[in-house]
Amino acid sequence: MAHSNLQAVPDAPHEPAPSSVDLRREFEAVDVDSILAQLDRELIGLVPVKTRIREIASLLLVERIRRKMSLASTYPTLHMSFTGNPGTGKTTVALRMADILHRLGFVRRGHVINVTRDDLVGQYIGHTAPKTKEILKKAMGGVLFIDEAYYLYRPENERDYGQEAIEILLQVMESQREDLVVILAGYSDRMERFFRSNPGFRSRIAHHVDFPDYTDAELLAIADMMLAEQNYRFSQDARDAFVRYIALRKGQPLFSNARSIRNALDRIRLRQANRLVSDLDRVLTSDDLTSIEAGDILASRVFSGRSDAPVRQP
Amino acid sequence: MRVTQGCFSFLPDLTDDQIRRQVQYCLDKGWAVNIEFTDDPHPRNTYWEMWGLPMFDLRDAAGIMKELADCRRVYGDRYIRLSGFDSSHGWESVRISFIVNRPAHEGGFRLDRQEAAGRNIRYSTRAYAAQRPEGERYQS
Repeated sequence: MAHSNLQAVPDAPHEPAPSSVDLRREFEAVDVDSILAQLDRELIGLVPVKTRIREIASLLLVERIRRKMSLASTYPTLHMSFTGNPGTGKTTVALRMADILHRLGFVRRGHVINVTRDDLVGQYIGHTAPKTKEILKKAMGGVLFIDEAYYLYRPENERDYGQEAIEILLQVMESQREDLVVILAGYSDRMERFFRSNPGFRSRIAHHVDFPDYTDAELLAIADMMLAEQNYRFSQDARDAFVRYIALRKGQPLFSNARSIRNALDRIRLRQANRLVSDLDRVLTSDDLTSIEAGDILASRVFSGRSDAPVRQP
Repeated sequence: MRVTQGCFSFLPDLTDDQIRRQVQYCLDKGWAVNIEFTDDPHPRNTYWEMWGLPMFDLRDAAGIMKELADCRRVYGDRYIRLSGFDSSHGWESVRISFIVNRPAHEGGFRLDRQEAAGRNIRYSTRAYAAQRPEGERYQS
């Protein structure tokens, strides 16, 4: 068995730095364009975010070439903060970002570890440091995505263990920049307060990306896409009803953009199935199975002025 | 006397870069890498002390190299080895183990001969280092 583990691993020979680089070939070699195209395809709207990601990708590409030509000696800071309301695509973009960083060679593995306060902060003295370090070890070579990062800091309790996790995080973010990239995410206003009380974080984060809310038209497009993925479609009446649904739902509390749309669609599918099953004597066509009628949407409690909670509909 | 055991025992000590590549090999195979240390060099001393917990679910060697650096800072005067544990069904055992740190001076072993009945001789080996109490064996 020793043989299979024993591999001759010669050290990479030091090539002389090239004096000129073919930009197009570099660009095509890492194939970042396909990820950006995928981002464009999968995510509706979010134009400022896509622009920012494109900018960051270009910056990283140039940085990579500069490193090849021995023009850059220090490792760039790549930690980011994604701010925006819930359901605006922060996690999805983080996954794509990890892909981009991996293709450009700025993280070695390109996996994403998704954590919240509970995964980092312990419950008693001496519990936090091992817990945080464990997560950091798992995230090495990839991206650590900390959702709702502001919960790490609880100013009202000065003995809160979150501070300990923050200190370990800051230290690793500084000293092991080439080993992992940290992405903090959360609501804009609370992240702003979090950064103000933890200036160490702000100075270690290179890219702040703000995720805007979706417009009504974008939400409708998202709904269309989600339905198409599952082989459903709106009838014309249903589409009109859903436009009204979006407008009403937006005004209600706990609206979380694309996530609310997905939940609404789940409930609409439920009602559609219910409607189909209620008449057992008819012959179903594939058209019946794929089309969603206005009635499926109008049965929602949103239209009667109550909140659309995920409970069983009559 | 240079103590050798496990994989690569016939090779010179691995450099950190070589250790990193071996660790990455283990991780790519899905094995959990452990760090163990001891100051009792006897070959039959199988169970060494563990440095922290076994490290499951890691993807990159950087985390283990960090732990190894921490372990060396505390127990740099002792033997440290890495082992890769394969938890998959049918194996459930250590697949690789190799020494990554050794004391600056290794005292070697004394051979004891005990005369037994009928002109028989029983042999046993005893590390000179083990004559001192645990924890002080390799302090100069």
